[in-house]
Amino acid sequence: MATTVLDQQRAHAGAHAQKTGLWSWLTTVDHKRIGILYGTTAFFFFLLGGLEALLIRIQLARADNNFLSPETYNQLFTMHGTSMIFLAIMPLSAMFFNFMIPLMIGARDVAFPRLNAFSYWVFLLGGLFLNASFLFGAAPDQGWYGYANLTSRQFSPGHNVDFWNMGLQILGVASLAAGVNFFVTVINMRTRGMTMMRMPMFVWMSFITQILILLAFPVITVALILLIFDRFFGTHFFVPAGGGDPLLWQHFFWVFGHPEVYILVLPAFGIISEILPVFSRKPLFGYAAMVFSGAFIAFLGFGVWSHHMFTTGMGPIADTFFSLTTMLIAIPTGVKIFNWMGTMWGGSIQYRTPMYFAVAFIAMFIIGGLSGVMHASPPADLQQNDTYFIVAHFHYVLFGGSIFALTAGAYYWWPKMFGRLLDEKLGKVHFWLMLIGFNLTFFPMHLVGLHGMPRRTYTYPKELNFESLNQLETLGSFILGLGFLVFLFNILKTTRGPRNAPADPWNGATLEWAIPSPPPEWNFAETPVVHGRDPLWELKRQRGGRLPEPSPGTGAGIHIPPPSYWPLVSAIGVTGIFVALMMSPKWGPWGIIVAISLTFFGIYNWLFEKGYSEFTTPQGGGHH
Amino acid sequence: MHSRNAAARLRAELVPCLCLLVLAVAGCSPERYPQTALLPLSDFARIGDHVQDQTFYWALGVFVLVEGALLYAIFRFRGRPDDPEPRQIHGNTLVEIIWTVIPALILAAIAVPTVKGIFQVNGTPEGNLLEVEVVGHQWWWEFRYPQYGIVTANELVIPAGRTVHFKENSVDVIHSWWPPRFAGKRDVFPGRETRIWFKADSTGLYPGQCAEFCGIQHARMAFHVRSETPEAFEAWAAHMQTLGAPKPAAAPAPAGTDSLRTASSGANVQQESQADPLFAQGETLFRNKGCIGCHSLQAKGAPTALIGPNLANVGSRAYIAAGWLKNTDENLEAWIQNPQALKKGVLMPNLGVKPDEAKALRAYLRAHK
Amino acid sequence: MSDHAHALDTTTGLDHRKLAIWTFIGSECLFFATLISNYLVQSKKSLVGPFPHEVWKDPATGQVFEPIIEIPLVTFGTALLLFSSLFIVLALYGAQRGNRKMLIGWLGATILCGMFFVGMQVYEFTHFVHKGLTLQRNLFGASFFVLTGFHGTHVTIGVIWLVTMFILAIRGQLPKERALNLEIAALYWHFVDVVWIIIFPVVYLIR
Repeated sequence: MATTVLDQQRAHAGAHAQKTGLWSWLTTVDHKRIGILYGTTAFFFFLLGGLEALLIRIQLARADNNFLSPETYNQLFTMHGTSMIFLAIMPLSAMFFNFMIPLMIGARDVAFPRLNAFSYWVFLLGGLFLNASFLFGAAPDQGWYGYANLTSRQFSPGHNVDFWNMGLQILGVASLAAGVNFFVTVINMRTRGMTMMRMPMFVWMSFITQILILLAFPVITVALILLIFDRFFGTHFFVPAGGGDPLLWQHFFWVFGHPEVYILVLPAFGIISEILPVFSRKPLFGYAAMVFSGAFIAFLGFGVWSHHMFTTGMGPIADTFFSLTTMLIAIPTGVKIFNWMGTMWGGSIQYRTPMYFAVAFIAMFIIGGLSGVMHASPPADLQQNDTYFIVAHFHYVLFGGSIFALTAGAYYWWPKMFGRLLDEKLGKVHFWLMLIGFNLTFFPMHLVGLHGMPRRTYTYPKELNFESLNQLETLGSFILGLGFLVFLFNILKTTRGPRNAPADPWNGATLEWAIPSPPPEWNFAETPVVHGRDPLWELKRQRGGRLPEPSPGTGAGIHIPPPSYWPLVSAIGVTGIFVALMMSPKWGPWGIIVAISLTFFGIYNWLFEKGYSEFTTPQGGGHH
Repeated sequence: MHSRNAAARLRAELVPCLCLLVLAVAGCSPERYPQTALLPLSDFARIGDHVQDQTFYWALGVFVLVEGALLYAIFRFRGRPDDPEPRQIHGNTLVEIIWTVIPALILAAIAVPTVKGIFQVNGTPEGNLLEVEVVGHQWWWEFRYPQYGIVTANELVIPAGRTVHFKENSVDVIHSWWPPRFAGKRDVFPGRETRIWFKADSTGLYPGQCAEFCGIQHARMAFHVRSETPEAFEAWAAHMQTLGAPKPAAAPAPAGTDSLRTASSGANVQQESQADPLFAQGETLFRNKGCIGCHSLQAKGAPTALIGPNLANVGSRAYIAAGWLKNTDENLEAWIQNPQALKKGVLMPNLGVKPDEAKALRAYLRAHK
Repeated sequence: MSDHAHALDTTTGLDHRKLAIWTFIGSECLFFATLISNYLVQSKKSLVGPFPHEVWKDPATGQVFEPIIEIPLVTFGTALLLFSSLFIVLALYGAQRGNRKMLIGWLGATILCGMFFVGMQVYEFTHFVHKGLTLQRNLFGASFFVLTGFHGTHVTIGVIWLVTMFILAIRGQLPKERALNLEIAALYWHFVDVVWIIIFPVVYLIR
């Protein structure tokens, strides 16, 4: 008589049974639960961003269309970009950072479990705040990179820019906190024997991503602060009439903005580097090269920012410098693509849904990378910039790249996270709809862009003949939407089925497959010791075959960080500071003072809360 | 099962390829697209086009090779679950070096024409230049000709075969001036001058558009370039210089004011028009409705810093409302009556102009060619 | 280094929190680097005075603005801040040896220096406003107040943090086993000091 993994866990769990119910989720500090919270919230925002895209595509399907007013359209394209970047791709990656990094390095949790929860709550509140702007008819409408001086009070008098500004600051706090957390986790919590060069590639890429976050987000924080001062306190940082220079905003923004796109894509690279070896049944080709190319991309990513500014007339020296650095960054990127193909080469490829998406990722990312190289040349970019050619490029790398990879990761890690395998047939339907829909939507954009269609335009005249290509794109976008409906259906159908996924459904190489699906709260009954890369393959090779289903253990004698509500309280305080700042013209300083007090209150209680010191301090002062 | 899998994959890999082919064919007739960047009509545009061609062909070559290799790997190395474990290769230093060096060489090959092109497009043109000042406004384009002392809006007239040197700026936010047939785009800034130049190959009317998001009506901030023969251009410039030169009046008007009387009774408006009763009515309305506050009818000596486009030759322009609404009587009247309905958020308010008044104003403006 | 059954085993042997404060400091370096770059670019672009080191006469009103920077007070405050870093090192030395008197004494001195520094800045800001330099007046004012203001905010947060540690110390809740708590605060304090060592010459000394 088959018992599900969950039955087994419940039988063994004893006093360590993880509670259920709303309060347990509000106070959780378990990295796995936080990962699921990130994932569900991010997926919701992703669907919202997708809806925004579909509305945009309806408007653009006909010339001189009036389905959407210009203000609504401008809000939708701004929110679509902002949501997809900050509320979808980044937190979907965070879902995997949270759930998988501790498992892959053989740890029981992250370095700072409460800080982890704090990051999630701040993200949720920030995302809700940003979208609440729609309720006030004041959704951000200045484009996701908010160029000055359109964003000055004079030209954007409403709250739209402020929602965007404060929203990004709130989200920045979440990202920075998580950046510190995962950086320390990876450095300091690897299990015995796991040197840096034995870490799974997903952990490496995520680690590099955290460094990028830590170094890039402060820059945009300052830029947004300067904009706040311009809009609220009468300074002229970006106001020409006062001597300020709008171009300075672009420099500050893109010093953040370019590393940001690597923040968006490096975790995707990591996921692909996990999936390809498992389904090719060969190790990752060129592990060291993959590590160094990832690091080099991140480092060089800070030196290319003005390739977003080739049309601003910076002069030939600046143009040349940034053009050359941008071309240079194509080299390590190419290395990665070839290494992935080298992984497949000579393998015994098992075509399951994760592999479909992973292979499509490579194909799509190549296209995105090549159009990127075309942009790297300023004389050509003078025609391409700010047209749909650019829109095509970044969707190929962000959707064809990041989203395909995240979807691959979802199918791959779903059994581990939820104890159920997503349906293969539905997965393949999802795949084909997504591949076809994606290419039909975004490939024509290369053409319509070079034929003169600028971006961020709510309509176009019939005589420019953009209509037929736009209609093709709109058709493609609905096919894409259909694909995601199939995915949703798959999720719902699977969730209603039995929780009977084995610990290691794919014959995996890394530690997360050594523990039950889903894992018990304490992850490992005994923390593992590793002797090389691909530790689980090594173990299976020694045993001469697959491993038996692991027992979750009882968790006896294993200390888990207890739940806490202070992260949530502090998150409310922090969010409140920015909301109150935005409302300060009406509320005066009182809202800010209350919010700061709440934040201090939350943080102090958090710091003095009992029961956590053993999780951060090597010589523990024992229990307090 | 195994071959069905492979066949399904083959079929479906082909589908996107076919889509791309169809689109490539559809897109590869750039003549269909009046605003295409792929049919350069000037020396400047050819610089960028040449560089883009080179990067494109390299990219195409890499695409075919790499995607081809990927497709090959997808089919060649498919396995069954019970297949033996393949050879566990961890890397190959020589191969890795080769596929690092070759892309570097390709990039170097692209870099050379790129850097050359950068210096060419950033160079200062020489010769008998026509100087034009491009000024971006929310949401229309002003063109000034300092050598002639004239100004116009939304329809730029230039001589083919002569290099035009553009100095650009904005009065409000960042815009981007983009005439694709003649040049890539150059952003225009408040408080900072940017430059571009080109020499048009031939004559004709060609559209362009703002290419930097600048607010609610960014999408409707278009313009046209009317490239004329050098003789036709000189004739046009000479004609524009007569538009609005103040006639001596009883009391001398203060410098810079637009004396309505002189503007309409100058040599710019034909005699017949002046006799038309609609014209007279329109002339009065232009003043009484307040149009005069934002628009000048003087091409020469026009006051600067007006909110609205110069209308000295609006009657003969191909388009109105900044390059996208055909300049028919019907459109012009509709615009005058309710600009907000056609271009919501535009800085021209609804002035409560009645249909018959609009007719008169239209006739008045139509006479200003 | 005894091996407790419950002792946390970290890969580097370092406490998580110590690594975390270093990581945070690394990130904050970029924060201040951006603010300082902004100052370097913007402070020279003022359309009107007052200016940091030159006299300026308003052509419209004829009003004369003296150079706004006054070195003596700020130099004294800078010296105090520098000394406070020494003092906190001494306090930490005391903490690590369980020397309560040393800990409390030098920690108190550190806090006093920090408070004086903040007080000096508040005085300086009000004085500048009196002399005609505001956030809105010109880009020098805007970038000066934003840069030094954010630094001052960091110092203030540091003072609050140290006062908390001071209260713990007085209550006997900072024994030598928990000296790391003070070490982390000290690292932050040193960072704030180092940032000032860069800001001071850039803003006040270099012309």
